[in-house]
Amino acid sequence: MVKFDRFTLDNGLRVLVHEDKTTPMAVVNILYDVGARDENPNQTGFAHLFEHLMFGGSVNIPSYDEPLQRVGGENNAFTSNDITNYYITLPAENLETAFWLESDRMLSLAFSEKSLDVQRNVVIEEFKQRYLNQPYGDVWLKLRPLSYKVHPYRWPTIGQEIAHIADARIEDVKAFFKKHYNPQNAILVVGGHVTTNEVKALAEKWFGPIPAGEKYNRNLPQEPVQTEARAETVTSSHVPLNALYITFHMPARKTAGYYECDLISDILSRGNSSRLCLNLVKGKKLFSDLHAYHTGSIDAGLFVIDGKLLPGIDIHQAEQAVWEELEQLKKTLVADMELDKVKNKQESTFVFSEMNLLDKAMNLAYFELLGDADGFNHEIDKYLAVSTADIQQRAAKLFTKENSSTLYYLAGA
Amino acid sequence: MIDRTIAPAFRQIEKVDLIQAVPLKLDNGIPVYSIYSGEQDLIRLEFIFDNVNWDASRPLQASVANGMLNEGTATLNAAQIAEKIDYYGAFLQTEYTYDHSSLVLYTLNKYLDNVLPVVHDVLTHSVFPVDELEVYRLNHQQQIKVQLEKNDFVARQTLGHALFGSSIYGHPVTVTDYQELQREDVCSYFSTAYQPQNCIIVASGKVNDHVIAQLNSYFGEWKSQASYHKNTFGFTAGQGQEHYIEKPEALQSAIRMGILAINRSHPDFAGLQVLNTVLGGYFGSRLMANIREDKGYTYGIGSALVSLQHAGYLFIASEVGAEVCGAAMEEIRKEVRLLRDELILPDELALVRNYMLGSFLGSLENAFSHADKFKNIYFSGLGYDYFEHYVNTVKTITPQRLQELANQYLDFDRFEKVIVGRR
Repeated sequence: MVKFDRFTLDNGLRVLVHEDKTTPMAVVNILYDVGARDENPNQTGFAHLFEHLMFGGSVNIPSYDEPLQRVGGENNAFTSNDITNYYITLPAENLETAFWLESDRMLSLAFSEKSLDVQRNVVIEEFKQRYLNQPYGDVWLKLRPLSYKVHPYRWPTIGQEIAHIADARIEDVKAFFKKHYNPQNAILVVGGHVTTNEVKALAEKWFGPIPAGEKYNRNLPQEPVQTEARAETVTSSHVPLNALYITFHMPARKTAGYYECDLISDILSRGNSSRLCLNLVKGKKLFSDLHAYHTGSIDAGLFVIDGKLLPGIDIHQAEQAVWEELEQLKKTLVADMELDKVKNKQESTFVFSEMNLLDKAMNLAYFELLGDADGFNHEIDKYLAVSTADIQQRAAKLFTKENSSTLYYLAGA
Repeated sequence: MIDRTIAPAFRQIEKVDLIQAVPLKLDNGIPVYSIYSGEQDLIRLEFIFDNVNWDASRPLQASVANGMLNEGTATLNAAQIAEKIDYYGAFLQTEYTYDHSSLVLYTLNKYLDNVLPVVHDVLTHSVFPVDELEVYRLNHQQQIKVQLEKNDFVARQTLGHALFGSSIYGHPVTVTDYQELQREDVCSYFSTAYQPQNCIIVASGKVNDHVIAQLNSYFGEWKSQASYHKNTFGFTAGQGQEHYIEKPEALQSAIRMGILAINRSHPDFAGLQVLNTVLGGYFGSRLMANIREDKGYTYGIGSALVSLQHAGYLFIASEVGAEVCGAAMEEIRKEVRLLRDELILPDELALVRNYMLGSFLGSLENAFSHADKFKNIYFSGLGYDYFEHYVNTVKTITPQRLQELANQYLDFDRFEKVIVGRR
């Protein structure tokens, strides 16, 4: 159980406080309700590039990192298709420094040309390092546009192509800031050795004077129901093994179907007693590794099968074997024991996650974005409510050829 | 109106409190170190064994014995082991490092009695079934093939070999190693290394009397049998060669360079950690500030000081645009040189001191992290006063002393320099 207090400033900034006196540290987590899905299709990768620019100095403070390090703090950030999340860990007695820094960059950035020049290069190197210069690194650059034809999930957070990042101009940066970075589009969570009263006073002092800005109203094109199977083949001399990827459209984060899909992925591939490991890796020896997982995105996401084949195995035979496992879930109810097993694992994972202050703060922010931070405390009930019949019905809807996109990633000369 | 150009006041960290490990012994003498914290009803039990009997002609026997502990005992097959652990929401993991092989159990206290018998079975009766070994062997060959396509992986292996030769620290794992692996080597390694006289247990979390009693009832009568010899290695520094592995189509080049230094048991270690932090040990470090934040050559660059049981070394690693590889190498050389030629200015050093103290405080998040700190000192033969020495060194080391350390330990010409990609 993660307890918290909650209040909202006049300018619309939502603030949550989680007191945890077992640590001498404090964390400050700010989630901005903007991700790669909010980008212009001709300027993909912008939300992530922008995240880098948030460290390039703000209107009154030339350096973000330096003053934070000087008080013993550390920070980082990440961007997903849905959100951009910034976080600080620092000794609790120096908490005010975090408020000073975070509020100034919410107020306004320095918009320095030098910072834009450098971070464009840094992000292009990140693009190469993580997506282009790695075996299978570009898989999501191919799987996303194969699976999504309309919804902006069709490009990854790094961007669709390097040119989109290379072309970013300072005017675009300013416009993006104005549109997305204001109190109404943000959720602030402060946790650790702090009190709600202290956080309230600091929030009023540093964030209170920031103008509310305009509320961004998201209106994204939704992905139409897929009606026929899709497939694509890629051959690369930079990969040593054939690989198979199959995606299926799955329900959005806030629906019951999400929990069913999450448990299905556990039944299929969580640990050594899971079905894909037992039957296809060890039993039939078709794959050297094989996983089922999902993107867990806020809008309708993807359920993914991802495997590397053993030498000499025909990829269509391997694919057929995967389908037999999926059909099995549609045909036969899973045993109560098997479902209980994956539910128990979810439950203990929640307990273990309470060991980590930053995780708690991030979860509170994310669940507040979904509608209510307290949802984090009731998340496990939603898993426990799933029945074996629910699993079977969900599998029947999920695992159809019409709902599938298959990528054959082949090792070539 | 507040003046946002003025930073709020702040304080340096005065003291750092550690939860000290309480030493106990099981009936057969296995040392148990208990780090108690009662906030959550969960525990972590680490069964840690020294790696022993290093034999360069059987390089995988220790890692495979460890990796396959969960894959079958005389009475349980791999799926049954996994099912018994998973059903109770527990996690049973193997961990292999250069110096140690561990089996780690995470469980809620209420299920300890259900899962501990499985842990006991795994540690005393693993059999490495022929079928499972075959799968393991095939699948790891596949993984190695993928890894060898990654420039940073090749650079890591190449540097390890340059520094540590064919010792356990330096052996570059190949596909052939897996092909030549013999089941009997794995079995004999298991029966030699996984013995009470080679074991310590580190227990953290809600380690109450019941936990200790259960450990004693399952492991207190375990007897040692075969004898083994400890791994011992000594290394001499090379000349500082360049090791270039060309990948004509690389978009980026992996740079990795390293030099033998000292490990935690040496009195200079804490000071060298400060120097390493200045150079490349945090986001604001000189390497990051210059090569990422000023030049934009890379997504990331850093350095680290590594303490092994029988050696210590410092390395610098990055992946840089292939066309700027030479320029990046030159900037790295300049930054290392600068530490030897010029005193660190007080302002920068003050920042690094505070950053390191905050980072140390922040690394003590829960019982598990306090246990990790204990392992650091235990395996270096140090006591808790090491942490006082560390904090004191971070707070007081002078620029002059740091310059001396740079001149003593960081000679750029003597670094082994690996480039994989294009230069």
